[in-house]
Amino acid sequence: MKQPFPFSAIVGQTDMKRAMILTAIDPSIGGVLVFGDRGTGKSTAVRGLAALLPPITAVKGCPVNAASLSDCPDWAGITDGSTHEIPTPVVDLPLGASEDRVTGALDIEKALTNGEKAFQPGLLAKANRGYLYIDEANLLEDHIVDLLLDVAQSGQNVVEREGLSIRHAARFVLVGSGNPEEGELRPQLLDRFGLSVDVASPTDIDERIEVIKRRDAYENDYTAFMVRWHAEDAMLREQIIAARLALKKLDTPEQSLRDVATLCIALGSDGLRGELTLLKAARAYAAFRDDTALTRGHIRDVAALALRHRMRRDPLDDAGSGVRVDRIVAETLGA
Amino acid sequence: MEPLTRAHTALALLALDPLLGGLVVRARAGAVRDAVMAAVPEHTRLHPNMGSDALDGGIDVSATLSSGTLTSTRGLLSRGGTFVLAMAERAEPYTAARLAATLDQQNGQTLIALDEGIEDEVVPPTLADRLAFHVDLEDCALSDIGPVPAWVASTYPALVRAPDDVVTTLVLLAVRLGITSLRAVGFALRAARAHAALNGRLETVQDDITAAVALVFAHRATQMPAEDQPQDQPDETPPDDPQDQAEPEQQDMLPQDMLLDAVLAALPADLLANLQSKGTERSASGSGGGRKKLGNRRGRPLPARDTGTAKGRVDLIATLRAAIPWQTLRKHEMPERIGPIIRHGDLRRKRYLDHSDRVLIFAVDASGSAAMARMGEAKGAIELLLAQAYARRDHVALIAFRGMEAEVLLEPTRSLVQTKRKLADLPGGGATPLAAGMMSAHQMAQRAGRKGLTPTIILLTDGRANMALDGSANRAQAASNAQSVARALRGTGTEAIVIDTGRRPEPALARISDILGGTYIALPRANAHSLSDAVAATMDR
Repeated sequence: MKQPFPFSAIVGQTDMKRAMILTAIDPSIGGVLVFGDRGTGKSTAVRGLAALLPPITAVKGCPVNAASLSDCPDWAGITDGSTHEIPTPVVDLPLGASEDRVTGALDIEKALTNGEKAFQPGLLAKANRGYLYIDEANLLEDHIVDLLLDVAQSGQNVVEREGLSIRHAARFVLVGSGNPEEGELRPQLLDRFGLSVDVASPTDIDERIEVIKRRDAYENDYTAFMVRWHAEDAMLREQIIAARLALKKLDTPEQSLRDVATLCIALGSDGLRGELTLLKAARAYAAFRDDTALTRGHIRDVAALALRHRMRRDPLDDAGSGVRVDRIVAETLGA
Repeated sequence: MEPLTRAHTALALLALDPLLGGLVVRARAGAVRDAVMAAVPEHTRLHPNMGSDALDGGIDVSATLSSGTLTSTRGLLSRGGTFVLAMAERAEPYTAARLAATLDQQNGQTLIALDEGIEDEVVPPTLADRLAFHVDLEDCALSDIGPVPAWVASTYPALVRAPDDVVTTLVLLAVRLGITSLRAVGFALRAARAHAALNGRLETVQDDITAAVALVFAHRATQMPAEDQPQDQPDETPPDDPQDQAEPEQQDMLPQDMLLDAVLAALPADLLANLQSKGTERSASGSGGGRKKLGNRRGRPLPARDTGTAKGRVDLIATLRAAIPWQTLRKHEMPERIGPIIRHGDLRRKRYLDHSDRVLIFAVDASGSAAMARMGEAKGAIELLLAQAYARRDHVALIAFRGMEAEVLLEPTRSLVQTKRKLADLPGGGATPLAAGMMSAHQMAQRAGRKGLTPTIILLTDGRANMALDGSANRAQAASNAQSVARALRGTGTEAIVIDTGRRPEPALARISDILGGTYIALPRANAHSLSDAVAATMDR
């Protein structure tokens, strides 16, 4: 089967690519929401992201990809603690997925064949320590949204049904995409995404031509194209791994904390989540740029990503909130 | 190209290059559509309401029970080749998303979507965007049906070379036609290659590009190119005019203009109507704050319950789940039985919850008298209600009436930004055709009802009707027209709220509100707060 279109071969869309790279560096930033028109490469970017993520070490056969035997849930019945490297899971949550599929349910196979009451893990278990991707997030049914909100908040999936009482870790990076023309997203879900990006088709003719040419090369000259861009992807992956290490040593001056706080107050963003996310995103960005200390420049570059969707929302304000963020950032931190 | 020829060409191209995704055939069932379908190779037929079990496979319960090992059914999507989605305009968002994901995997599967929609019902945009071609056969007559043209493709599309400037030309053309999705350009390039291969060429020529843009771009155009084209050109050229407009007469013409002509020639006659509806494609149904109906036939499945009634479908899995804990005990009682022992009390039936989304239809009086009085305040009131609609995630629609007639500014949508923009641009002036406005709201309410939405009409007017339905400026007749439309509305049971925007409360309007059985609110005395309370109370009933 064909591998997905390489992430680094995506033309333009700097914001979207930056946001995804930042979550790969620091998963605790908490996910990306990509909103935009059809045919702007939203799905392509997410599917390409998987190839970019460094592998994780997980206990063999563990349904929740636990790092060590002690983290494996009891119900999995794993006794052998040997580990292996697996690619970071990127799990697709299809729109019509039933609650059973998402949370997991009674294992029908075992129930029918052995009369045994066992738990069959769902998508949330599969996505633990990885990514959960919701295409058309704004069309997701309310009951699934509620469920995701709860799990994303607690990092734990609790199943109490059919006589089962199961809990397991479910910490994942939520990546959502959607088309705002088809429906709005509930503010509560919006807030769960760390970063948000608005994408649009490139307006530059040359850029558009390049998009078509690369797509054409991918489809008609697959092997050569993949060789070329695999190398680029590999470089980007190295950069991400290096940034993860650099992040630990990164210096965060008092002034930066003050800048972040001032900015959030000026924007009137709800709660402290915005501040934390902005700080984390700025730190990840600084690490990615291979800088040793956090500066205003870093904060300025990621402010819109982290805060755009958190501002007290005026549903009737048709000027994008991105514009508002940019203006206030310029006022607060200087251009 | 005639629509039927386009359809056949599209099918031939698809057979050559499955990565073109597929074809939307917009036509009612009938001989013309059958003529097209006859050319479709062996295919798998899909139904718009197919669940994940059918599409992706599930547990084959009877086989599992009899064999004692887990047996799964293979989903239909695991098959290769061509799929035909009947009644595609009714496809659930899930089905559309699932099919889109299947096409994205590029395993050589293609999809023919049969669109039988009327008016604004269309194939879900997520899906339509991934299908290269679109053919509208509504206007084809029986006499148009001819033999399927025979092509002998002597080469493969992948071997066809496209000159470098082709991409540039296609991109520029897409921009001029207002096509934002870059998928379209990719499709056009593919289609040009396939068309060249179809005609046994190893390099694309002008003809191929012309055919490709006519097939791929024409139905995607969202704007007429800002060019000094004669305005009525697309109307003068009948869509089934076999005379290809792109026939190169002047060789020194820019190829782009020739291509543009090809697109224009392929445009359907009702292009302008289409252009207007583009912005308000049926928004896919997420879930909304509308009334919920508990039924047992459609909607999203609820956990199965022991309902005790004999109606409804048995949920086999839930039934087995209920039976499993007792199997050990029951086996003791009946050791000779093999397989699970299921009793009547274990039976679980499927229940479904169907959302009936609410749509707020604002019918706004934009006449001179209203504009003079409190147009600004009325707009303010609407914005207030829009904010509420946002919180409830209702759909909103906007109708304005002034002068001779009512105009639908916005079909039901969830995009509040769009609504607000339309509202801000709303000019005032002219007579007050109250009856026409209510009539238009009535028609929209019926349309919405057919789609499963629950309409609520909010009428904002000063009630001084002075334009009758027949277009005569007759106050008495205008008032009586308005009352009869109100009675018709009452008959359909549509909820209505009447907001009086006049300087003084208008008794005639209160009477209309009585006939409607709706709530009457006089804006002069209502402050923003009480207005929103009153509306909220009405809507919660």
